[in-house]
Amino acid sequence: MKISNLGWLFLGSIFSSSAWADSQLNLTKGVTAISREVYDLHMYTLYICIIIGIVVFGAMFWSMIFHRKSKGAVAADFHESTKVEILWTAIPIIILIAIAVPATSTLIDMENNDDSDITIQITGSQWKWHYKYFDQGIEYYSVLSTPREEYENQNGTFDGNNAKKGENYLLEVDRHLVIPVNKKVRFLITSDDVIHSWWVPDFAVKQDANPGFINEAWAIVEKAGIYRGQCAELCGKDHGFMPIVVEVKSEADYEIWIQEQQQLVAQVANAEKASLSASMSKNELMALGETTYMAYCAACHQPAGTGIPPAFPALKGSPVVTSGSVSEHIDVVFNGRAGTGMQGYGKQLSLKEIAAVVTYERNAWGNDTGDLVQSADVKAASGE
Amino acid sequence: MMTTDTLNNTNDHDEHHDEHQMTGIKRWLYTTNHKDIGTLYLWFSFIMFLTGGAMAMVIRAELFQPGLQIVEPDFFNQLTTVHGLIMVFGAIMPAFTGFANWMLPMMIGAPDMALPRMNNWSFWILPFAFAILLGSFFMESGAPNFGWTFYAPLSTTYSNGSTAFFVFAVHIMGISSIMGAINIVVTIMNLRAPGMTYMKMPLFVWTFFITAYLLIAVMPVLAGVVTMLLTDTYFGTSFFDAAGGGDPVMFQHIFWFFGHPEVYIMILPAFGIVSTTIPAFSRKKLFGYSSMVYATSSIALLSFIVWAHHMFTTGMPLFGELFFMYCTMLIAVPTGVKVFNWVATMWRGSLTFETPMLFSIAFVILFTIGGFSGLMLALTPVDFQYHDTYFVVAHFHYVLVTGSLFSIFAGAYYWLPKWTGHMYNDALSKWHFWCSLISVNLLFFPMHFLGLAGMPRRIPDYALQFADFNKWVSIGGFAFGLSQLIFLAVVIKCIKGGDKAPAKPWDGAEGLEWTVASPAPYHTFSTPPKID
Repeated sequence: MKISNLGWLFLGSIFSSSAWADSQLNLTKGVTAISREVYDLHMYTLYICIIIGIVVFGAMFWSMIFHRKSKGAVAADFHESTKVEILWTAIPIIILIAIAVPATSTLIDMENNDDSDITIQITGSQWKWHYKYFDQGIEYYSVLSTPREEYENQNGTFDGNNAKKGENYLLEVDRHLVIPVNKKVRFLITSDDVIHSWWVPDFAVKQDANPGFINEAWAIVEKAGIYRGQCAELCGKDHGFMPIVVEVKSEADYEIWIQEQQQLVAQVANAEKASLSASMSKNELMALGETTYMAYCAACHQPAGTGIPPAFPALKGSPVVTSGSVSEHIDVVFNGRAGTGMQGYGKQLSLKEIAAVVTYERNAWGNDTGDLVQSADVKAASGE
Repeated sequence: MMTTDTLNNTNDHDEHHDEHQMTGIKRWLYTTNHKDIGTLYLWFSFIMFLTGGAMAMVIRAELFQPGLQIVEPDFFNQLTTVHGLIMVFGAIMPAFTGFANWMLPMMIGAPDMALPRMNNWSFWILPFAFAILLGSFFMESGAPNFGWTFYAPLSTTYSNGSTAFFVFAVHIMGISSIMGAINIVVTIMNLRAPGMTYMKMPLFVWTFFITAYLLIAVMPVLAGVVTMLLTDTYFGTSFFDAAGGGDPVMFQHIFWFFGHPEVYIMILPAFGIVSTTIPAFSRKKLFGYSSMVYATSSIALLSFIVWAHHMFTTGMPLFGELFFMYCTMLIAVPTGVKVFNWVATMWRGSLTFETPMLFSIAFVILFTIGGFSGLMLALTPVDFQYHDTYFVVAHFHYVLVTGSLFSIFAGAYYWLPKWTGHMYNDALSKWHFWCSLISVNLLFFPMHFLGLAGMPRRIPDYALQFADFNKWVSIGGFAFGLSQLIFLAVVIKCIKGGDKAPAKPWDGAEGLEWTVASPAPYHTFSTPPKID
């Protein structure tokens, strides 16, 4: 926003709530009945506060201007009045009740989780979201898709070249959560590691994802479109890099999407099966391994395998990776390591990708063990 | 009653004592004098304020524009965490303890704090606590990176290894606070001058009295929760781990049961300070003294039953959400009474605008703005939108920076002549005020808009629609940070020299502290004054 815009917004729109809603200055009205109720409650309370502010600050400025010593003001002697004290205890209580009534009714509406049409489980983990459609057998991870080059400009390019950054910088993901319009969608929210918080401002939904517990929220979205949000609870290093994108489709489009996804699930299962009997060359493994490593592992273990010890150990020269057995290495990647930040990638990556990434880690950065790992080895070592 | 003889003896004893006063570093290490310890607290808190402020400026530099320019996300989290811890436990709380040490004995006509050796100890463990905390920056693990609220399991299972140092640092800070608080309670209960009944105590004394009780009540809770954190991390317990039958949300309940009263620990003394300065420069008695006492007590009591308003999004049942919403809204009533009383004190007064008054007026207005956003945050349905965004960051910086910190400046300017014996440089102090006032609003006001537009807090990089406001916020941040160096200059100049201050430099000021010379002698009220 340019300064001229800012001035326009201040002068032209302070008292016109429609202009406020469209600007970047105010809360979004959103696209659900609840989000509009929330917006109205926000504006209602804001106006009450502004009125109180005008009265109280008005009285203050009045005394500052007219009761100053330099104008010859002589201090009055009063310093107590039970009547006045009772009055300015009672009036705020009445105002508070006037705010509490609509707030209570909105809250009761929000907490009504009954009669949902679709249930989706949302699981946060460092630093991605996992969506699972209970009745359709569809599940997938949703990861930030903004390329690293766009945000990692600490290496000498302090030029603020915003043009390089895309329109939805840091608010874009590889796979959207897709829901149908005008249906009551219930979200069951939980976490695999630390506390996250799933927030889409346009739905007025923000619920913490607590490990070991499930929280509920819901939305009936009235308008198809793409809505963006972010993780709202500090969840570690890349808390700022786990956005949420929800794509709301018409019912027909949603059905088509479901079918596509189910076909995709079948294809993936076939590919997994095929990969078991296939054997990849070292070059193929290293190439796929590097891509996978950069996408899934480099955030913690760093592109050069140096890690950020002690929380994220180095892989370069690490005993697990160089002298330890291949099956132990696969086990750590596949199942994770309890009590640490290392999550299990068995659910997130294909057998082929895990084989490639293990091969890559054992041979990159001078580790040079010469070990080659195939999908079948992963299958055998994963314990499944 | 004391005879003249004993009076003389006491004075002789004093002079005798003065001769043996230690010099150099030993004076400060071994001191049991409330004024020396007050000075130590105030300098310590100012150093911590600059340290935490420097961290904030690195944070604002990183957020100046989109993209990661200066620091890595993990280090960014360390900065936000330690910035919060330093400002809460290192800057604001010790500053108030410094005021308590300097002023309470002089205001109630006592010769010193009741427990002077404990007083020395409660100060001198503080530098060690912060050395541990800051030292963790130079360790392999890095400093705590889980937010000043250290939610489990980010601070336990998923911690970077700094948890133990963090826990020990917090324990020491807590011990220091509890000792300081016990000292305040014992002093006020036992050492008031004859005739000074509770309802004759200056409101400043009342607010510190109530704050000290809050500290004694909640610091052990903090100690408990950090100990649970420690055993969860290193000794295999599962208080906060669902896999072992625990609950991560229980951490938040315990933490905020400490955390919310803690918020009032940082604002009630501020109320005490402006309730002293506003009447002085309005030349009119504080309006509604007894209602101010009752309002302060109600705020303190209510602070124990509102903690879960920090946790509306954790999945509380509807009944819990309603209960905590109503209780939180209720706090607006006694807080409103206080604001109205200050306005009524100014009303038809005879106002002058010395620097302490300027900071006090700014306090009332800006703290009230923070109160308004607090009322909005209390409403559970809307809090789902505000929670963990910059709207919250704006809210608590309005109450803590333009609230607590501005009151500390007001108090410092008000009593500097008493402390140093010199008047401060008026022009420089006005520069400090106006630079601070303008920059602090440039710094924190746009944060409301950022939060409403959807920017989460504690992120090192942000989407492009937040870029313009962040730039303004950062400029405000740098300006506010640099403005505080003016304050440093004013204080140093004032210590070194300046116009000689009379015993009572403010014609409207009231209280026993103005009956002693400026600078206040090393020992005051060795014989208690008589209060009618």
